[in-house]
Amino acid sequence: MDAVTENLDLYWSGFLTSLGICLVAMVGSLALGTVIAACRVSPVPPLRGLGTWWVNTFRNTPLTLVLFFSAFGLPEIGINRTFYFFGVSALVLYTSAFVCEAIRSGINSVSAGQAEAARSIGLTFGQSLTLVVLPQALRTVVPPLGSVIIAMFKNSAVVGAFGVGGDLFSTGATLTSARGFANLPVITGVALGYLAITLPAGLLLQVIERKVAIIR
Amino acid sequence: MRIRKIGAALSAGTLMFALAACGGDDPATTPGASGGGSTEEPTEEPSEEPSEEPPAEFEAGTTMAALAEAGAVTVGTKFDQPGFGLQGLDGSLEGFDVEVAKIIAAELGIAADSIEWFETTSAIREEAIEGGDVDFVVATYTINEERAQRITFAGPYYNAGQQIMVLTENTEITGPEAFTANPELSVCSVTGSTPSENIREFLASEDQLVLFETYSECADSLGNGQVDAVTTDNVILLGFAAASEGAYKLVGEQFTEEPYGIGITKGDVEFCEFINQTLQDNEDAYLAAWDATAGQIEGTQAPELPEPSDCV
Repeated sequence: MDAVTENLDLYWSGFLTSLGICLVAMVGSLALGTVIAACRVSPVPPLRGLGTWWVNTFRNTPLTLVLFFSAFGLPEIGINRTFYFFGVSALVLYTSAFVCEAIRSGINSVSAGQAEAARSIGLTFGQSLTLVVLPQALRTVVPPLGSVIIAMFKNSAVVGAFGVGGDLFSTGATLTSARGFANLPVITGVALGYLAITLPAGLLLQVIERKVAIIR
Repeated sequence: MRIRKIGAALSAGTLMFALAACGGDDPATTPGASGGGSTEEPTEEPSEEPSEEPPAEFEAGTTMAALAEAGAVTVGTKFDQPGFGLQGLDGSLEGFDVEVAKIIAAELGIAADSIEWFETTSAIREEAIEGGDVDFVVATYTINEERAQRITFAGPYYNAGQQIMVLTENTEITGPEAFTANPELSVCSVTGSTPSENIREFLASEDQLVLFETYSECADSLGNGQVDAVTTDNVILLGFAAASEGAYKLVGEQFTEEPYGIGITKGDVEFCEFINQTLQDNEDAYLAAWDATAGQIEGTQAPELPEPSDCV
């Protein structure tokens, strides 16, 4: 394990880069996914159509392709941003489809009477969704949503290959190819780095799940 | 039967026409073409060779004597490296490595037509030499210690090195120092590659380095304006510059050294010394070979023939 201990500084900077990508993408995809879920259950047909199209497009396209279109397609039509921006937004777009479906299943689990009661006391659709339905729905979907987010943390390894670089996974590639360290210890170090993100995230989710649980 | 004959005649005719159209670029380097053409084409018969070139004098028992005696040689080269060894659509090879091999063969009294070409990709070069598939290898073959344990290197005949490729209209970047001077400029290379490590010392900030999995992704990003430059060995860059039809060019000096050698059987010191002597004696042909091949690509500098290393 000399390869890891000698290069702790590289691993640390790779870990921070990966963690940064994960946190930005988590906030982005949770927010966007909730909006898309609201679209999918809204009474406005064009919004429902948009939501359905969104989920069908991004849930059914491999992440590498979304990244590819973002990093190479957008510059082709004159949109030039940093690769970090392209990479993280592609990850957000892709994950938002899964977040949306997890939240929609939560919304469906809230009994219709709740929404009807909200509407009957005069709340608008937006109010009944944000004040009555979503708070109940989100509590129910903590476990599936957590899985989606943890999957996204791991997907962040792919983002590094699209011009971002410097993340945990690229650090591993640099150590093995350019600096000639043996593969196995280096990749084990990379795996430990990802576990250091995902295992605490899993524990946090358990805590949240217990805190927000409601008895129906 | 009749139809088949007509078909054969037609295809033979087409082949002949195709060869004629290609302007006499050593059709005999193509195994297929020489097979199809030899029965009908009276020209370029190899029979007149011995009278034209006197048999060279070599000490009996050496590789040179054996090759000169046989009048044929098998050379390993790359078939997919523009400027160095690239197989055209008609099957003929062109490039600097190919020309260097022809110079050596000529010194052995072997005509270019009698060279048999063998594709040696980077991964199989040592195996091809050790297994006797080839007599020597000229294939953008960087001399290094690990390889020298299995084979012997003659040469070097060319010093490749890391260089920078930019868009043709770019005048700001003239060398790696441009990245130190202007932290806004970005440069692309491949994750974990030696060039990506070498360029770091010229960077003002880490963010300037953009890393992809392949160089073609870097070239695409250069084309659509996402990065300002691509850096790796000049030979790889030359390939992209050549394929871009003038969109990319190479700038600045080479700032690392990758000496290319000619691979031969381990321990064949006489043959190694013969090759080194041949290169020294044929400097004009060497320079002409560069000008006719890799030298055609904009931004390349004519090489100086490097001093040969000791044969071991």
